[in-house]
Amino acid sequence: MNELISKDIKRNKTRMVKIKVEFLGGLDVIFNKERVHNLNVPKEDPVTMADLLDFIVETMIANKKDVEVFLENGTVRPGIITLINDTDWELEGELEYVLEDGDIISFTSTLHGG
Amino acid sequence: MSEVDAEMRAELAALKLENAVLRKQLASNNNKNGTSDSPHPLSLEEYRRYGRQMIVEDIGGLKSQLKLKAAKVLVIGAGGLGCPALPYLTGAGVGTIGIVDNDVVDTSNLHRQVLHDSTKVGMLKCESAKQVLNKLNPHVEIVTYPVRLDYSNAFEIFEKYDCVLDCTDTPLTRYLISDVAVNVGIPVVSASGVGTEGQLTILNFQNEGPCYRCFFPTPPPPTSVSSCSEGGVIGPCIGLVGTMMAIETIKVIIGSYTSENFKPFLMMYSGFPQQTLRTFKMRGRQSKCLTCGDHPTINKEAIQSGSINYELFCGSRNYNVCEPDERMSVQDFEKHREGPNDVILLDVRPSHHYEISHFANTFNIPVKKLRNMDGSMAKLQDEIPRIKQDSEVVVLCRYGNDSQIATRLLKDEFKIPNVRDVKGGFFKYIDEIDPSIPKY
Ligand SMILES: [Zn+2]
Repeated sequence: MNELISKDIKRNKTRMVKIKVEFLGGLDVIFNKERVHNLNVPKEDPVTMADLLDFIVETMIANKKDVEVFLENGTVRPGIITLINDTDWELEGELEYVLEDGDIISFTSTLHGG
Repeated sequence: MSEVDAEMRAELAALKLENAVLRKQLASNNNKNGTSDSPHPLSLEEYRRYGRQMIVEDIGGLKSQLKLKAAKVLVIGAGGLGCPALPYLTGAGVGTIGIVDNDVVDTSNLHRQVLHDSTKVGMLKCESAKQVLNKLNPHVEIVTYPVRLDYSNAFEIFEKYDCVLDCTDTPLTRYLISDVAVNVGIPVVSASGVGTEGQLTILNFQNEGPCYRCFFPTPPPPTSVSSCSEGGVIGPCIGLVGTMMAIETIKVIIGSYTSENFKPFLMMYSGFPQQTLRTFKMRGRQSKCLTCGDHPTINKEAIQSGSINYELFCGSRNYNVCEPDERMSVQDFEKHREGPNDVILLDVRPSHHYEISHFANTFNIPVKKLRNMDGSMAKLQDEIPRIKQDSEVVVLCRYGNDSQIATRLLKDEFKIPNVRDVKGGFFKYIDEIDPSIPKY
């Protein structure tokens, strides 16, 4: 049975990338208040950050009205810091970054209170 | 020689010695600033006062203590972040500390703003802070600025200082502080916090590091910005972040960070569920940054002339989505509340607010939950069984903002025509009708 599935996956050139995604700084409110999510992202090679954003919007944001809290103009909304393995995604190629197994992707709202 | 003589001689010798010690003490006290007639750059009292930090090897001894004494640090905001940062900087012996804050102490500040106390409610925060700090360390000069920082006064104040601590609470002042600091050429130790989380970074380090605009070229939408009065804040969580600001400031002053070893970073503290502190590696200075990039347009002239419109840039929330005839005063609300009718009173505050205090005979559906019903009357009736299209509904929230949004939803999506909200909300009702209700 498992073999069948893996053959099927190979035929479709589909693979899974196993990553961890975190929503910090209050962003967890649009993800059922869960800060940490372990994901298997199915996608044809390569899986980029752009693909991950699509995946999050399609499968993880329960209420479509909340999409604008996360995305704006096809990318992460201003005021949200995006980190790839604790590094600003600006240093990692932003939307073009290719995900690898074990990556930790963090999104955090900027805080303003003091 | 008689015994009496010997006794008197001994006493005289003791007095001479005491006199000599007192003269030296007097000389050192008259010489607190270490002027030329003393062999020491600090007074003896200062050696004792700072001894425990000077002997920590990372600090770098007397040399660093003198750097601290010569330093001029500006702290903007004497609130949740400024209150813990200020006494540590004062205690450490930073020579001059300026405090900018035009706000006054409120009872709701006291759980986290630990320089103020119950006897100081109504006092200017900068003055309240100064009173405590002067007692803590008389060697430090505390300068207060009871003004609201804006484009017209920022340069005049910043130019007197070597380093700024951003302890403010809105994106607008954060952009302004960063822009002015870049133009004056001084670093910013910048932090923020809300709820159980906090963030900290150093901006414009040695005029090479990134500025606030490098990180955030576009401001967040105003609807996404949560303040402490709105989102709440845990005292020790924001306090820890303020304490960390003092540590970073000391490191900047004594030269622990150099242009070789400084790497742009953002620290993120979370108090719950388990306490964590993470340091993220951040982007460097952006060549296209409007303030610190290759072709800056946000310069001193542009800022001071008011041509950089910070209000417009950061925007503001538009809560006023109801017409005047869709709203009622708290006095009208009181009549509705007492009247023998079947008006539905709907409180749209978050449930954990509602639990703290609320009116009897009200229903609680938080505005977010109401929105998520997508106008479904069936879902609404799960919460309020007797509600119908022709019901009369009065909507209430904390300040009269969310209640307008809820009124729009009920009228436009649920198609209930007879809905009004209460201007000023629950808190205005408490202020004007019944001050015996707990206000939080
Ligand atoms: Zn910049």
